[in-house]
Amino acid sequence: MPPESLSCKECKTVYPLDARYVCERCFGPLEVSYASRADADPEALRRRIQAGPHSLWRYGDFLPVSAPPPGTLPAGWTPLLRADRLAERLGLREVWIKNDAANPTHSFKDRVVSVALARARELGFETIACASTGNLANAVAAHAAAAGLESYVFIPHDLEEQKVLATGVYGTNVVAVQGNYDDVNRLCTELSGEHEWAFVNINMRPYYAEGSKTLAFETAEQLGFRLPDRVVAPIASGSLFTKIARGFQEWIDAGLLSGRLPVFNGAQAEGCSPVASAFAAGHDFCRPVKPDTIAKSLAIGNPADGPYALDLARATKGRIDSVTDDEIREGIRLLAQTTGIFTETAGGVTTAVLAKLARRGDIDPDERVVAYITGEGLKTLDAVRGTFEAWRIDPNVSSFERAAEQRAGALA
Amino acid sequence: MSVNVKIPTQLRAATDGAAQASVEGGTVGEVLDSLYERFGELRSRIAEDGGLRRFVNVYVGGEDIRFLDGLDTPVKDGDEVTILPAVAGG
Repeated sequence: MPPESLSCKECKTVYPLDARYVCERCFGPLEVSYASRADADPEALRRRIQAGPHSLWRYGDFLPVSAPPPGTLPAGWTPLLRADRLAERLGLREVWIKNDAANPTHSFKDRVVSVALARARELGFETIACASTGNLANAVAAHAAAAGLESYVFIPHDLEEQKVLATGVYGTNVVAVQGNYDDVNRLCTELSGEHEWAFVNINMRPYYAEGSKTLAFETAEQLGFRLPDRVVAPIASGSLFTKIARGFQEWIDAGLLSGRLPVFNGAQAEGCSPVASAFAAGHDFCRPVKPDTIAKSLAIGNPADGPYALDLARATKGRIDSVTDDEIREGIRLLAQTTGIFTETAGGVTTAVLAKLARRGDIDPDERVVAYITGEGLKTLDAVRGTFEAWRIDPNVSSFERAAEQRAGALA
Repeated sequence: MSVNVKIPTQLRAATDGAAQASVEGGTVGEVLDSLYERFGELRSRIAEDGGLRRFVNVYVGGEDIRFLDGLDTPVKDGDEVTILPAVAGG
């Protein structure tokens, strides 16, 4: 099922598979189209997948690049964990956590960069670049280093220090821009017209976005080729959210899964919730906002795929909700203390929205729910700073016992 | 009132390859109308029902016009108006 063309999501105009992302006729976004899978044998497909590598490249039949070039940093095939203690706390029965922090640079961005970079190399690019809220910068810098390519990463000047340090170490060009992500993105959109660079999330965007489908493929395969009833996923630009649905749909169409699309619940931070606000207002477009939230990896005020995210939530009878910064911090603790997974603020948003849906009674207790944890807690340590106090003792037994008694007294 | 409009690469087929154009207008809407007069094909590509298509972003001095007064946003001599496709994610 090789990729055939790029086609406009709005007016369906068809373009060749090169470095372009916008329809010249209507300015709509372009997406990869594949040859028909109608006569593919699902059993043969399934066997080929199961015999594939333990990375997202086992799904090459559903990607614009079927096999990775040499020097590729393997991404994907992250754990799907059944979270019974979290489920119990929320009054649910079957909750699964897709822990995508378990990627080479600790976020789902390794997936999208893998696919974009593979295609960029096929097209002959020698320099890779991106506009990033942090996680993408980590991934671009690492994957470019592994491939021996030069890279430029453009970030807002006020990013978490952990994300900046974990990017610079790869020897990339870190460009800190005096502005927010939307300013960085506008700048890079202009630069992409002037430089012969592969901006993974701009001129390589159609290929980049396809990488997110592998989150759906893995989830389904890890559930034994079954669909969840509901997914909860974060929304920044809306690309990940909509591509998870596209992944499930492609496997339903290919006969690998039976049933219908899960209910899609989107999660945003209240301080940057243009899609949740549009959902609540019944709009089919998003009014841009100026972000102000601790969930910086979701701080996109002008979400390009927002209209499609709204369509998806409505079509599957889901919702798009937002949570406050305090709820995000509480979500991080809830996930850590019931599953052992320490997530960054974006995962706090997802967990907090899951908890909100459960509290509100939106989730039937018998549903199989999958929550997507897209990044690592060590990248946003400020979110948990000051939330607990260490015991301070001298190095002897009596000092410890005294502290333990005091603590027990304080808790009594 | 003369304003400089920056044209993205995706629209340059409709502007005979021009990357920018100097046009007249007191608001963003008037500036775009002047631009459509010069390059007739542009209108159908980015305009719709008297407004802009939903994947078109327009900036004045780097600020998205949706944070200003939209197409009624006033512009003054020497301002720079940038047209860009909506794209985000990172």
